[in-house]
Amino acid sequence: MSVPHIGLYYFGALSLVLVGIYGVLVKKNLLKILISLSIVETGVNLLLISVGYITGRSAPILSEGIGPKQAVDPIPQALVLTAIVIGVATTAMALSVAITLYEKYGTLNIEEIRRLRG
Amino acid sequence: MVSVLKRSLAIITLLIIGYWLAQGLAGVPFGQDRMLVGKYYLENVKAQTGAVNAVTAIVVNYRGFDTLGEVTVLFIASTGVGALLWRRKKKRTAKTEGSVVLRTGSELLFPFILMFGTYIFIHGHLTPGGGFPGGATIATAFLILYMAFVDYEIPHRLFEPLEGLAGMGYVLVGLIGLAIGSYFLFDWIWQTWHWGAANLGRLFSGGFIPVIYTLIGLKVGTELSGIVDSMLTEEVRE
Repeated sequence: MSVPHIGLYYFGALSLVLVGIYGVLVKKNLLKILISLSIVETGVNLLLISVGYITGRSAPILSEGIGPKQAVDPIPQALVLTAIVIGVATTAMALSVAITLYEKYGTLNIEEIRRLRG
Repeated sequence: MVSVLKRSLAIITLLIIGYWLAQGLAGVPFGQDRMLVGKYYLENVKAQTGAVNAVTAIVVNYRGFDTLGEVTVLFIASTGVGALLWRRKKKRTAKTEGSVVLRTGSELLFPFILMFGTYIFIHGHLTPGGGFPGGATIATAFLILYMAFVDYEIPHRLFEPLEGLAGMGYVLVGLIGLAIGSYFLFDWIWQTWHWGAANLGRLFSGGFIPVIYTLIGLKVGTELSGIVDSMLTEEVRE
């Protein structure tokens, strides 16, 4: 079992994903779980962007001195633009479900909510 | 004891997942040229769409139908938030007014935040940004007003029709393309008349990208402000 060699940007993005998964697994407060999911999402977005990066090239906005040969891959950036918006939408949905749960049970602790449900 | 066990189990799981992901990523070297489709887009974006920003050209022009779906997802989410938090009578119930700094600052900055958001979505085909970040910036301006004043509410009578009209405008632009050209979301401003071919890289270029991004910016701004409103108002019982 050898340690795989990955770039620093990949490492940062992967650590964000892992930190988020840790929060989802360990935390009991619903809001903290939702924040952890947002952190996972940020990590995935960062990973996609860094996969599209090409060393020494500039943002894909063609202007003076930046032709098609000097720009990075635009497709991951377009995909991430979509992913961010969908992430905002799903987070808003999840938060409103959390608000409804709090109004019904008076707590955000998932273990207590599970116990009260019966 | 249970907590320690749970935590160590979580960390072991994370190590396994992390090793597995890193193993996969080790085969994807960082910073190398792996473009396939992207190369085509970069080489043809100026001639085919009239925009200089390849990212927004892909989002609005090449994959405009996807973006229409994205706007629909956002609309459904906002409707879902409204439905989940629907009450017979809703009002602001916040009790503490914002501090002097927040109140003065929000009144002072509100028009400038609106202007910056508008700038972002109008210049979507030239600079980083576009309709979605611009709309989010506009919603931030309203969020700050909600934070600063206990009885502020967005103008519902203006925002709800505007949201619907902006969404319909997007479909309408696509249908005009269907009537003039041959397919839905055909770029009729650029492909048929080449409007703005003389000033590439300036504001009046980019075909229908600025038109659609203005509509998206208005829609996203009103929609996110609506989400903020339905989360910050609470039920009042008589």
